Amino acid sequence: MSLDKNGIAKRIAQELKNGYYVNLGIGIPTLVANYIPEGVEVILQSENGLLGIGTFPTKEEVSADLINAGKQTVTAIPGAAFFDSATSFAMIRGGHVDLTVLGAFEVSEEGDIASWKIPGKMVKGMGGAMDLVASAKNIIVAMQHTNRKGESKLLKKCSLPLTGVSCVKRIVTNLAVVDITENGFKLIERAPGVSVEEIKNATEGKLIVEGDIPEMKI
Amino acid sequence: MDKIVKNAQEAIAEIKSNSTIMLGGFGLCGIPENSINALSKSDISGLICISNNAGVDDFGLGLLLKKHQIRKMISSYVGENSEFERQLLSGELEVDLIPQGTLAERIRAGGAGIPAFYVPAGYGTEVAEGKEIREFNGKMHLLEYGLTADFAIVKAKYGDAYGNLIYNETANNFNNMMAMAGKITIAEVEELVPVGELNPNHIHTPGIFVQKIFQGKDYEKRIEFITTRD
Repeated sequence: MSLDKNGIAKRIAQELKNGYYVNLGIGIPTLVANYIPEGVEVILQSENGLLGIGTFPTKEEVSADLINAGKQTVTAIPGAAFFDSATSFAMIRGGHVDLTVLGAFEVSEEGDIASWKIPGKMVKGMGGAMDLVASAKNIIVAMQHTNRKGESKLLKKCSLPLTGVSCVKRIVTNLAVVDITENGFKLIERAPGVSVEEIKNATEGKLIVEGDIPEMKI
Repeated sequence: MDKIVKNAQEAIAEIKSNSTIMLGGFGLCGIPENSINALSKSDISGLICISNNAGVDDFGLGLLLKKHQIRKMISSYVGENSEFERQLLSGELEVDLIPQGTLAERIRAGGAGIPAFYVPAGYGTEVAEGKEIREFNGKMHLLEYGLTADFAIVKAKYGDAYGNLIYNETANNFNNMMAMAGKITIAEVEELVPVGELNPNHIHTPGIFVQKIFQGKDYEKRIEFITTRD
């Protein structure tokens, strides 16, 4: 069975290592914060100027001055820091953030990502995504394997305007964990009960399958 | 060294049509509400606005968009505003979308007297079109230019007559850099306190960057997405 959004977030949470500074994008990536493994301490960075995102606030705790990059109200953990946007992107551009998790419309087998614009239909802007993908040490994309029409989002070449080139290292979808290698997509894990064949059919780009592919442990 | 003006109307009195204005805030967090309301009640038009976002339909910069007072927006993210999207798609509004970190650094550089610099963000995308590209340490970078404005309008939690400012929580965002990059910087504050009361160790924006300051009133501090755990 393919994973739901929380399943994708749970699998990505397994990539977190003790001491990581992590930037989580809007959507599925935000959910990763709910599944940080026990014994692993990570600090979440929000590009609007917060290091140390806490839980959502109670009604009484809500502060209009304290939001995340998705403009949702949040809290700050004890030991958090606030700063301006230039300092925030110095953390990102300077390579101080260990892991970036973000969503995407499309990823190519060379690690290109498209996530910010659908010409003629939707223009919301790139926000901080272009800065994040250009500078993060490690980028994981969280997304559905196919779009609403059932078309693959793992492509030979992206069809939509790019956010960044040759930057994505790993993709976690509802069907699989896929790495970007020099030779194309490489299948690492299958979602529980999903066959290699199903994943191949849902992947337009070249998919390398070597040996037995284990199921994800969720 | 008293930079205090009476209110928003007095603070924006010098702003003329076709000016370039920077406005602080991220979404609706930390926006100069009083000044935006005053601008929306004025006849000023043809503005070029530099702001990370464009407000929502009936609040923040959305108020100026609705009255067609803005000719061009320079922003990084403009979602959650249907009137903005409509004006953009119909060609009524000129829009320059810039990666957020590049926008922040362009403003910081402009205010700090740095005319240009290189960043990796946007390489290989449409953002790179027409820009000088140069390789440093095996990585491709784009030449970007510092940004300044005729006016910068910022909002802080605390301020004093010297123009020293302290922001609250994530309401700092673009305000701190924009204060540096305005030829004339207007600061509105929730609490204007006597000189000497702010702890010099805690000041975010030193007063040298601010030309006018006023005590704001009736802050609505609207929240776009109230999310709670209960």
